[in-house]
Amino acid sequence: MNDPQRPSVQASETSQTEERLPVIRVEDLGKTFTLHVQGGARIPVFSGLSLQVAAGECVALFGPSGTGKSTLLRSLYANYKPGQGHIWLRHGEDWVDMATAAPHRVLAVRRETLGYVSQFLRVIPRIPARDIVAEPLHALGSDLAAARQKAEGLLARLNIPKAMWDLAPATFSGGEQQRVNIARGFAVDYPILLLDEPTASLDAGNRAVVIDLIREAKARGAAVVGIFHDDEVRAAVADKIFDVQTGALAA
Amino acid sequence: MNAMSPLLRVHNLSHAFGSLLACSDVSFELHSGEVLGVVGESGSGKTTLLNCLSARLVPTNGIVEYDLRDRGLTDIYSLSEPERRFLLRTDWGVVMQNPRDGLRMSISAGGNVGERLMAVGARHYGEIRGTAEEWLEKVEMDLGRIDDAPKHFSGGMQQRLQIARNLVTKPRLVFMDEPTGGLDVSVQARLLDLLRGLVRELKLSAIIVTHDLAVARLLADRLMVMKDGKVVETGLTDQVLDDPHHPYTQLLVSSVLQV
Repeated sequence: MNDPQRPSVQASETSQTEERLPVIRVEDLGKTFTLHVQGGARIPVFSGLSLQVAAGECVALFGPSGTGKSTLLRSLYANYKPGQGHIWLRHGEDWVDMATAAPHRVLAVRRETLGYVSQFLRVIPRIPARDIVAEPLHALGSDLAAARQKAEGLLARLNIPKAMWDLAPATFSGGEQQRVNIARGFAVDYPILLLDEPTASLDAGNRAVVIDLIREAKARGAAVVGIFHDDEVRAAVADKIFDVQTGALAA
Repeated sequence: MNAMSPLLRVHNLSHAFGSLLACSDVSFELHSGEVLGVVGESGSGKTTLLNCLSARLVPTNGIVEYDLRDRGLTDIYSLSEPERRFLLRTDWGVVMQNPRDGLRMSISAGGNVGERLMAVGARHYGEIRGTAEEWLEKVEMDLGRIDDAPKHFSGGMQQRLQIARNLVTKPRLVFMDEPTGGLDVSVQARLLDLLRGLVRELKLSAIIVTHDLAVARLLADRLMVMKDGKVVETGLTDQVLDDPHHPYTQLLVSSVLQV
C-alpha cells in the first residue's frame, strides 16, 4: 500500500517545465451495485481502477455508455460509495480518502477543494439564478455582494440574459439551466473540478465559453476530470484519456 | 477538525412503551453547524427518538449528552427538571409539526416571540418588542399582525411564527418534527427556503425528522434512516439518497413519485 502522505510522482508527469504534483490518486477502486428491490441483482460496474491526476491536468473519462464513467465521477465526489479501494484527494495540506472519510470531512472537501458540475441543475424553489451561482462562494466565506458580483460575471459570460438573473431557474430551458449549473461550478476556484458532460445541451458559442473556462481553470492549476461526449471539446481541453473499461490511461 | 468535540452525543439510546420498543440502540454524534435528517415511514420511531433527544421523554436506556455552554458534555437527564426546561427555552429550540403544540394560541404573535426572550432575562418592553419585530420580519410575517393571536393565522403563518419564537434566543441546536408537514406545496417551498437560509446564516445545528425525502435533501447534510425503531443506514444525504445500500432505504428512495 502506498503511503498517502508521500504520493509518488511519475517521471512522465515531471517532463513539463515545472513539476506538477498529483492531487488525485485513485487506488484499486471497485464499485458494484446491489439492487435489493429487484431480487438482489448485483451489477458490477468496474473494479481495480487506478488513476493519478496532477494539478493543471485534464483527464477525460472515455468508454461507451454504461461502462461507468458517471459512476466513477460520482464516486470521486463521494456521491456514490465505492465498495473497494481508495480515492485520495489533496485537500489543503492533507490527503483525504473520499471513499472512507466521515461526512463532515467530505463536506469540507466539497466546500473548499472539490467542484462538481452535474449533468442537470437541481433547482431549489424560489432561489434566483444569481444566488444559486453565488451560493458556493458565499458558503466559503466570501461576502454576499462579492459572491453575487462574481456570479453575475459568470452568468453574463455564459450568455444568460440579465433579466433572468433574478428568476428561479425552474422555468429555464435545459441549456439555460445547464449554463447556470456551470456558472455555479466555476464560481469558486476549486483545486479539483469534476465535469459531467458540461456541454451536452449547449450551442457552439456557449461551448466555446465552457472550453475557455476549463482552460482558465487548468492554467491556474486546477486538476479536471470530465466526461466529454463532444470530440471537439475533448480535444480542446483533455491532456489524457482514461478508458474506464480497461483502466488504461493514454496521452 | 476531527478532534472537535461534538455538540450532542447519543449512546445506545432505546425507548420502550410497555412491551413496544419504539426506538432501539441508537448512537450518533452531531457536530456544531451540522444538520441531521431522520427519515423513515410513520411508526418507525422518528418522533420518539426526537422526544428523547430533546429532553422531553426520558429514554428507557442510553445516554444523551449535550455540550452545555458552562459545563461541556453533560448527560441531559442528569439535569434537574428546571435546568432541562431552561435549556429548552434558551440554547435549544423545538419546532413541532403542529404549531398548536409549539405556540400559545391565544396570546399575540409578538407575545409568543417575546416570551422566549423574557426567559433569558429580557425585561425592557421596547427592546423585546423591537427584537420580536425583527424576527417576524425575518420569517416574512406581516408586522401588521404582531398584535393578533396565532389562532387566527393560517397554517403556514403559524409555522413561521413558531420558527421565530424558537430562534429569537439564538439557540445552538434546533429540533424539528416534520416542520413542513400539512402545508401546501407552495407554502412548504417558502418555509423550506426560509429554514435553509436561517440554518446557514445562524450556523445552527439541527435535527430534522421528516418522512419527505425531498425536504431531507434540501435541508440535511447527513441522514439517518430508521425502520422499526432501528437505524438501518446513515451517511451523507446525497450518498444515502443516490446510492442507498440497505434494502429498506432502496425501497424508500424508489417509492418516491417523480413530478
